[in-house]
Amino acid sequence: MGRKRPDPSEAQKKGPGRKARKQKPPQMPRQLLQQEGGSPKILSSRQKQRLAKRTQKAVNKATAKESQKKVPVTLGLTQGQKRPRTGSVSDSDEESISEEEEEDVEEDEDVEEEEEQEEEEEEEGEDEEDEEESEEEEEGFTDENKSWLRLAGKKKKLDLDDESSDDDLPADEFLDEDEGSEGEEEEDEDSDNSDDSSDDDDDDGEEQEGDEALLPIEKASKKLRKKQQREEILAEEELRTNIAEAETFVLPSGQEIEKESVQPPDLTMIHLRIQENMAVLKDFINKRKDDRPRKEYVHLLQKDLCLYYSYNDYLMEKIMQLFPLAEVIEFLEACEVDRPVTIRTNTLKTRRRDLAQALINRGVNLDPVGKWSKVGLVVYDSAVPIGATPEYLAGHYILQGAASFLPVMALAPQEKEKVLDMCSAPGGKTTYIAQLMKNTGMLFANDVNKDRVKAIVGNLHRLGVTNTVLCCHDGRHFPKVIGGFDRVLLDAPCTGTGVISKDPSIKTNKDDADIKRHAHLQKELILAAIDSCDAKSPSGGYIVYCTCSVMIEENEWVIDYALKKRNVKLVPTGLDFGKEGFTKFREFRLHQTMKLTRRFYPHTHNMEGFFVAKLKKFSNAIPGQEPNAKEGEENSETSETPTEPSTEASASSSPEKRSAQTTSPTTKSKKNRLFWKNKKSGKSPDLPKAKTFKGQQKAGAGKRRKGKQNTGNKKKQKKE
Amino acid sequence: MRPLTEDETRTFFEKLSKYIGENIRLLIDRPDGTYCFRLHKDRVYYVSEHIMKRAANVSRENLISMGTCFGKFTKTGKFRLHITALDFLAPYAKYKIWVKPGAEQTFLYGNHILKSGLGRITESTSQYQGVVVYSMSDIPLGFGVAAKSTQECRRTDPMSIVCFHQADIGEYIRAEDTLT
Repeated sequence: MGRKRPDPSEAQKKGPGRKARKQKPPQMPRQLLQQEGGSPKILSSRQKQRLAKRTQKAVNKATAKESQKKVPVTLGLTQGQKRPRTGSVSDSDEESISEEEEEDVEEDEDVEEEEEQEEEEEEEGEDEEDEEESEEEEEGFTDENKSWLRLAGKKKKLDLDDESSDDDLPADEFLDEDEGSEGEEEEDEDSDNSDDSSDDDDDDGEEQEGDEALLPIEKASKKLRKKQQREEILAEEELRTNIAEAETFVLPSGQEIEKESVQPPDLTMIHLRIQENMAVLKDFINKRKDDRPRKEYVHLLQKDLCLYYSYNDYLMEKIMQLFPLAEVIEFLEACEVDRPVTIRTNTLKTRRRDLAQALINRGVNLDPVGKWSKVGLVVYDSAVPIGATPEYLAGHYILQGAASFLPVMALAPQEKEKVLDMCSAPGGKTTYIAQLMKNTGMLFANDVNKDRVKAIVGNLHRLGVTNTVLCCHDGRHFPKVIGGFDRVLLDAPCTGTGVISKDPSIKTNKDDADIKRHAHLQKELILAAIDSCDAKSPSGGYIVYCTCSVMIEENEWVIDYALKKRNVKLVPTGLDFGKEGFTKFREFRLHQTMKLTRRFYPHTHNMEGFFVAKLKKFSNAIPGQEPNAKEGEENSETSETPTEPSTEASASSSPEKRSAQTTSPTTKSKKNRLFWKNKKSGKSPDLPKAKTFKGQQKAGAGKRRKGKQNTGNKKKQKKE
Repeated sequence: MRPLTEDETRTFFEKLSKYIGENIRLLIDRPDGTYCFRLHKDRVYYVSEHIMKRAANVSRENLISMGTCFGKFTKTGKFRLHITALDFLAPYAKYKIWVKPGAEQTFLYGNHILKSGLGRITESTSQYQGVVVYSMSDIPLGFGVAAKSTQECRRTDPMSIVCFHQADIGEYIRAEDTLT
């Protein structure tokens, strides 16, 4: 059913009325109309030649068809369909005469079509395409496009079309391709347009030859389907060619770099380039191009990484020196994402099991943090704010990063010991130490920053810690205040390169001067920490040094410095997981026992970047220290704590210290320091000694103290 | 840091006894060591003796806290009990109030307790008696002053206040600065 063929006698209604707005009848091309009632056309010599060739080609194709299996998407074409085709070839001889007249027209149309888009052509040139050329075994067109244009294959027999349902239409398409000349095969591989046009021609030609059984709409849909199939094949081929292109990564030329620097950065392109660059660098021997040095590739990679992850050059260089290339990207990606939220149960008030139950009842989704901790819980998500539940307010738990458990676990404070936490704000580690000590003994918590010290007060009281004295001193002068501790924990201030996920501004504002400043401060602090510790303590004599940084200048170098300057040695931390510290790094060589320190990374352990080292002090003597200063220190210590039983150790140690001094081999001058094997660039390791006092009794006379000094004095006068 | 004077001690103990009565003795004579109260910058700290001696090393400006802070003396000489004392008051409290789960949050925000939020109350609580407030799961939430005696509480309408808020653990978040 369909619209009736228009009666030519009917005149088109004109005017603004409803009937004038009806769809016009389809316009049949002039050739078709002529064909219906026309006599066989007279062929020119050329046309006759072509016809002869066509028939010959059809015969050849029929015989050679089985061997050809070039089409990637085969649709189970049956032989049955093909055979009648060969028969149809002979039929087509008669009909071809009519076509040959069209050939001239078709040629032109082919050219047009190849220029235009495929989809657009179809609707417009639908009828024209019907008549287009079919196949000719002829090499190609006679115009200038001959070199790359190929002609389509055979026309189909109309019988086939009648038999074939819509499902077979794609089959027809490929049949065409199969039956076509070598030209057709090449067409598929070479140019899209010629394929489309030629295939279109085939189908349409055959359809025309028959009885116009198919309406123009149906012909159009057939064509569309064929085009889709062709596009699929071509897309696959394109994909293959794209992959082939990606394998050969080429460094951008100077011009390209300039162009890029002017434009805003295209992140997807940079990301792609990073990945390609990494692939090349992994297999450099095979994949390098143009004999460019590896340095250029690495340099380009560094710049791209800086752009993509927004780091500054210095920090990116440091990271690339620290990690192998494969890990660099993992590290950077891990720093983009937050670490999971962890909480620590306060065993002074509750048990982990009970706390977990209570929180689950409130709607918190949590799990034990791992086998390595009995008090940690990791919170996946929570219906209530985890920092404001009644359990939090009652002091049953505290929010603490997983890595912060580790130094306290390494320190392992025992009950009734004297422990010092030198940089304790905001108090997570301090309260953990207190809970391990079960509120016995004595715990000194110190921090240099007065504002942050207030946070410690809140945490201490909330968690029910009663054995702590909280003070606000510069840690470097702490030995003057009080000494003789069993254990000391030093969580030194650092550049924070391990916790970039918490503070992304670190990516851009850290540079060489920052790292050196921090390293200097850390060295002073660790010496003070070692001096605060008592080597003769019966159960202790341990110092734990930790930072939340991955830089080697702040970690292993500081420990190496301490090993050279004081009578301490590294001992195992007691943490059975984590990466060992570096004993050699680029051109520097460190103490062999550095293997006992531990490093943690966000991408390998899913906690903040961290470094933990445990030192044992085996002698209170200081190598190379002048006797005067030592005696002064001992005087102040002994006078401050005359009768305490706990200071018997220090009292007994003081005469021993003196004796040790007198028996020390030589009195080396202060300037005679032990230097690094390979001096690090820039700064010399000379540091002012922590003990520059001259027997000062008054504690807390730190020079570099933040906060108000004057007002404190005034208050003192008024009150007391 | 210095010990409390007579007057200060008296004021302080009076306040404490409002909540724990004569159990103050238990705070001082503890089996695990002698504890004492010391005054530092107007705040009263409860600390064991040997820690207190060590804390004497630290200078006045630098000492921030020791042991547990119970509260502070105001400028006019009155003593104000802080929430940080809760851990020591709660076990020895004589009069307790239990709050329903729905009314927990409002008390933690600093509001008074209404009759509708009252779960339980110790028998024979007199009016204006110091009480310690618990949640139904026996977590101490803070302390307050009973607005009505137990008998009256039974009789009053649901919207009347039964306990005046004095301190609650929500202050750890709300008023961190006042702790020091």
